Amino acid sequence: MSDRKKTKTIREHRKRWEQERLHPLLSRSPERLRRFSTVSDVEIPALCTPADLEGFDFLNDLGFPGEYPYTRGVQPSMYRGRLWTMRQFSGFGSAEDTNARYHYLLSQGQTGLSVAFHFPTLMGYDSDHPRARGEVGMCGVAVDSLKDMEILFHKIPLDTITTSMTINAPAAILLAMVIVVAEQQGVSSKKIGGTIQNDILKEYIAQHSWIFPPDPSMRIITDILGYCSDHVPKWNTISISGYHIREAGSTAVQELAFTLADGIAYVRAGIEAGIPVDKFAPRLSFFFNAHMDFFEEIAKYRAARRMWARIMRERFRAKDENSWKMRFHIQTAGVTLTAQQPINNVIRVALQGLMAVLGGTQSLHTNSMDETLALPTEQAVTIALRTQQILAEESGVANSIDPLGGSFLLEKLTNEMEGKATAYIRKIDGMGGMVEAVKRGYPQREVIDASYHYQRLLEKKDKKIVGVNCYPSNEELPIPILKIDKEVERKQVARTREVRRKRNAKRAVSRIDALKDASLSRTNLMPVILDAVREYVTLGEICDAFRETMGTYTDPAMY
Amino acid sequence: MASAREIGRSKGRPGKKDRKVRVLVGKPGLDGHDRGAKIIARALRDAGYEVIYTGLHQTPEMIVNAAVQEDVDAIGLSILSGAHNYLFPKVVELLKEKRMGKVVVFGGGIIPDDDIPGLRKKGVDRIFTPGTTLAEIVEYVDKRIRPRA
Repeated sequence: MSDRKKTKTIREHRKRWEQERLHPLLSRSPERLRRFSTVSDVEIPALCTPADLEGFDFLNDLGFPGEYPYTRGVQPSMYRGRLWTMRQFSGFGSAEDTNARYHYLLSQGQTGLSVAFHFPTLMGYDSDHPRARGEVGMCGVAVDSLKDMEILFHKIPLDTITTSMTINAPAAILLAMVIVVAEQQGVSSKKIGGTIQNDILKEYIAQHSWIFPPDPSMRIITDILGYCSDHVPKWNTISISGYHIREAGSTAVQELAFTLADGIAYVRAGIEAGIPVDKFAPRLSFFFNAHMDFFEEIAKYRAARRMWARIMRERFRAKDENSWKMRFHIQTAGVTLTAQQPINNVIRVALQGLMAVLGGTQSLHTNSMDETLALPTEQAVTIALRTQQILAEESGVANSIDPLGGSFLLEKLTNEMEGKATAYIRKIDGMGGMVEAVKRGYPQREVIDASYHYQRLLEKKDKKIVGVNCYPSNEELPIPILKIDKEVERKQVARTREVRRKRNAKRAVSRIDALKDASLSRTNLMPVILDAVREYVTLGEICDAFRETMGTYTDPAMY
Repeated sequence: MASAREIGRSKGRPGKKDRKVRVLVGKPGLDGHDRGAKIIARALRDAGYEVIYTGLHQTPEMIVNAAVQEDVDAIGLSILSGAHNYLFPKVVELLKEKRMGKVVVFGGGIIPDDDIPGLRKKGVDRIFTPGTTLAEIVEYVDKRIRPRA
C-alpha cells in the first residue's frame, strides 16, 4: 500500500472511531475543557495518528544522531557515551563565598561551573559606584577586578573544569580575566574551555543587562569571535539565549524564533567582519528554557537543532559539520517556581529536567526550590543537583537516544514549531534582521503582549498553577532562606579601593587611554582589554572608557 | 466582583480630585526583570488609571524626579535583585525631602517575608509578593489611592 493510501485508510478509520466510539461517549460526558492547549496557548489535538505526519520523511526530517539535520541529537552516542554536564548556575556574596560553594558543588559530583555575577558587574559598575549601593553580592558574586577573579577560581584547575559565565555587555572583560587567571595557573588560553553568554541582542529583548547601543555592542562581539578563533579555540564565544526571552514572558515559538534570529544576526556580523564562517560558527552555542509544558518543550529543542542545521548549511553555506550542530544548555524555568508551597518546586524542576534530557541537552541547570524567595541555600541546591543525578542514574531515560522520536504527537509538534518559528524569522529578515528589529522594538513588544496574555489566562484560571490559583494551602511550610551578609558590600568596596591604590597608577592610566584609542579605531579590542586587566584596571573603569567613546543605551520603557 | 476596568472607571469626584489617579511604576536598581512591572503597568492602565512607567535601571533620585514632574499620587516599585532594603526606603526618604510625603509608595518583587515589617516601618505602604493577582493590586490602588489635593 502506498503512503497516501495508508493515510487515507487511517483517516477513514478515525472517522469511524469518532462516530462509533468517541461521539457517543462525549454526548454523555463531555471533555473536561472546551479547548486543550499548551502553556503557550497552542491548541493540542485529542489524538495524533500517522495521518498527522503526511509527507514526513524519516531520513530527511530526523535522520541519525550526530548527523544532519541532528533532530535526534548532536552526538552519535548521546548519553550512552557521556552524560550531560551538570552545571548549576551559582554565585553570591564575595568571591570567597562563591569559591567555597564551587568547591562544595564539585565535591558533590557537579561536572562544570557556571558563574552568576551580581548586577553591578553585569551592568559594568564597580562595587563602590553609587549605583551599586544595596546590590553588592545580592544576586550573584561581586567581581570588580582581576583580584576578585583570582579568588573566585582559587584551586579550581581551569584546564580540566569548564566554566560558563553569564555575562553579556562586559563579556570581553570577564573573559580576559579568566585568560589571565589561567595564565597564572600555567594554563595556556588554547587549553581553557568554557562559555561566555555574550548575547547582547537578547539583552535588548529580555534580560536587559546592557551598557552600549546595538551597533558598538555588535562590534565588541565580532572582536571576541575573531580573537577567540585564533587564541581561545575551545571557548564557546556566544551562548545564544532563548532562556531569558522565555522568562520575560514569551511563548515557546517566540523563544525559538528570536533565539535563532539572534544567531543569524551574529553569524552575519562575523562574516561581515571578515571571519570565515567555519572558523567561528562551531564555537557558537545555545541556551534554552525548560518551561512547564512537556511535549511543547521537547518539540522546541528538536525543532531548534533541525532549524539551525538547515540555516547554517543552506543560508550561510557552512561546510564544516561542526558549524551545523546546535549544542545547547538548558535551565529549568525560574518563572514557573512558586513562592506558595515552595517544596512543590522540586517536582516542577524534576519534570523540567526530564524534558531537557529527553530533548537532548548538552548541559543542564536545575533550579532550587527556594529561588522565588532568595538565592539558594546549600541544602536546596543539593536537592536540585540530586534531581539531575536521579534522572541520569536511576530513571533509565538516558539509555536510548531520542526515546520519544517517532511519537505522532511529538513529531507533529516539532514540525509545527519549525513552521511557526520560520515564519517569525522571515518577518524579522524582512525588517533587515534582528539588530534592526530590536531597534524598532519588534521582539520586545511581541514578548510583552504574550506575557500579558498569559497573565490574563492565569487570572481567568484558564491556566492553572498549583498552590497559586488552585489548591491553595492555608498553612505554609516555611523553608530556610539564604541571607547575604551586609558586610559583603563594605568589604568588597574596601578591596576594590585597595586594588586601585596598590597598582601601578601610571600604567593603569595609560591602559585606559589605550582602550579609548582602540575603541575609536578598527583594532581588535581583546588584546587591549587583556593588557588593561593585567594591570588591575577595574571592570567599571574599562566600561567607563567605552561609555565615553561608544555611548550608552537606555530602556525605551514600553509596556 | 467587578472587572478591573469597571473598578477603575467607577471613581470620579468633582473638582481637582476629579482627575484620574496617576501612578508611577518604577524599576529602581540594576536588575532587568521587568515582566512584572510591565504587566502591572498595563493592568493599571487597562483599569483606567494614568500610568507612567520609568523603564529600567533607575536611581531613587531619577524616580522621585519623575514623580515630581508627573505629579503622581502613588509610586509602585518593583525589585527582584535583593536591593529593596536600601532602595525602597531611599525613595520614601527623597519624596519627603521634596515635600511629596503624601505620595503612597508600594512595591513588590522577590522580597522575603522577614523584610516586610522593616520596609513598612520605613514608610512603604504595602509589599506584594510573588503570586499576587492583578485584581488584588488594582483593588488596592482603587481603595487606597486618591488624587492628591
